[in-house]
Amino acid sequence: MTRWRTARLIAAKDLRIERRSRVLTNQVLPFAGVTMVLFAFALDASNLLERVAPGLIWLATLFSLLVLVQRGFAIEADDGALDALRVAGVDPAAIYWGKTMALAAQLAVLEVVLVVAAVLLYGAEVPAGGVVLLVTTLITATCGLATVGTLYGGLTAGFTGRETLLPLLVLPVVAPVLIGATRAVESALGTDGAALSEGWPWIGLLCVFAVAFGVGGSLAFGPLIEEAT
Amino acid sequence: MEAEPTAPQPPTTAAEPVVVLRDVVAVIGGFPVLAGASLTVGHGEIVLLRGPNGAGKTSLLRLCAGLLPIARGDGRVLGLDLATQRDSIRPRVGLLGHRNGLYGDLTVAENVTFWGATVGATPVEVEASIERLGLGGRLRDLPVAKLSAGQRRRTALACLMARRAELWLLDEPHAGLDASGRDELDAVLRQAVASGATVVVASHELERAGSLADRIVDVVGGQVGRPAGSQGCEP
Repeated sequence: MTRWRTARLIAAKDLRIERRSRVLTNQVLPFAGVTMVLFAFALDASNLLERVAPGLIWLATLFSLLVLVQRGFAIEADDGALDALRVAGVDPAAIYWGKTMALAAQLAVLEVVLVVAAVLLYGAEVPAGGVVLLVTTLITATCGLATVGTLYGGLTAGFTGRETLLPLLVLPVVAPVLIGATRAVESALGTDGAALSEGWPWIGLLCVFAVAFGVGGSLAFGPLIEEAT
Repeated sequence: MEAEPTAPQPPTTAAEPVVVLRDVVAVIGGFPVLAGASLTVGHGEIVLLRGPNGAGKTSLLRLCAGLLPIARGDGRVLGLDLATQRDSIRPRVGLLGHRNGLYGDLTVAENVTFWGATVGATPVEVEASIERLGLGGRLRDLPVAKLSAGQRRRTALACLMARRAELWLLDEPHAGLDASGRDELDAVLRQAVASGATVVVASHELERAGSLADRIVDVVGGQVGRPAGSQGCEP
């Protein structure tokens, strides 16, 4: 079986488990929604929420990413399935890409919901001209977050106390995504008069980040899970 | 970036031992879990590893599965070098440890289909594995999380069968099974051997596993002791 067929098999398995368990819809989305509401309570000043909406969308995404990654690897660790995948000789790069694709799909749903929440709760507006930049930002940032999340999820999968270790490792690493995606969304929404053209260089940064972690994760995932499990 | 998996190695011949370990040392966290273990398992044998807790039975199985690196000594499994060809050994070996390696939210059929698909098993092979382990009918579409411990064990064995493993490494396989489940397991193992597989079992249940095994091997202190089986072969 080729690497990509195996990756698709693993992604389909993860998404089927998600559909069955409904962790995204029953836990992660409500968590992200509550976070957005709490931001609204904390920053309840005129115009402030609208100005900081892009950053709040990505902060809520990062917090939710941690929950999704932990869930994604808990299903492998609970009954020794990650070990079983290794024994079965499944290509570690295929496991990495499969889990990355499943995580990216869930993140994409989450981000769309968060953008809608920002429009409804914070009064953010999406001008017609900014839609392409906004969508491109969501796609590139999702790829970056999914590649990093899967890599560090695999790294911490076998460790005791992985629930606390994962945020400690992931949050500093994804800071460039937070910065780049926030600036790009500010440009897409025209926050504080930001021009559309100012957003595209940030897309470049997000692309470089996603490619670097995609390649690095693909190469490093095997040795990492070998050590971790 | 389409990568083909490692090309399958030629199967071992009946004359060639499936497992050959010579003075193997394996270390976990600085502690030698195997301290000069030597073992030979012939093609089509059912070998029982016997020994107290912490003797190194599980480590021996994990080493044969290519999960534990060799620190010293020589080892070959299915004709492949355990030091340099572990990635090629793994797809041909099935290890059932203390945990089952199943996904609780997936049904029995979905689990067996998934594990079978990792080696390209056909739907017919998957279905045959499910039926052989008595998991058809009502159980087939139940989530694994809702099964009893014995039914989960049987599901894990069905996954192993669907993966067409040539060497079955089973750690306490009778644990959690009722009497009929144990009989069923023994029949499955005999059938696997009849189909060309080789089985190594670590078990405390000597009455049950001993009657199944062709040979009993003692494991003590990370070493393989003298054989206690009926055929009196060397370890």
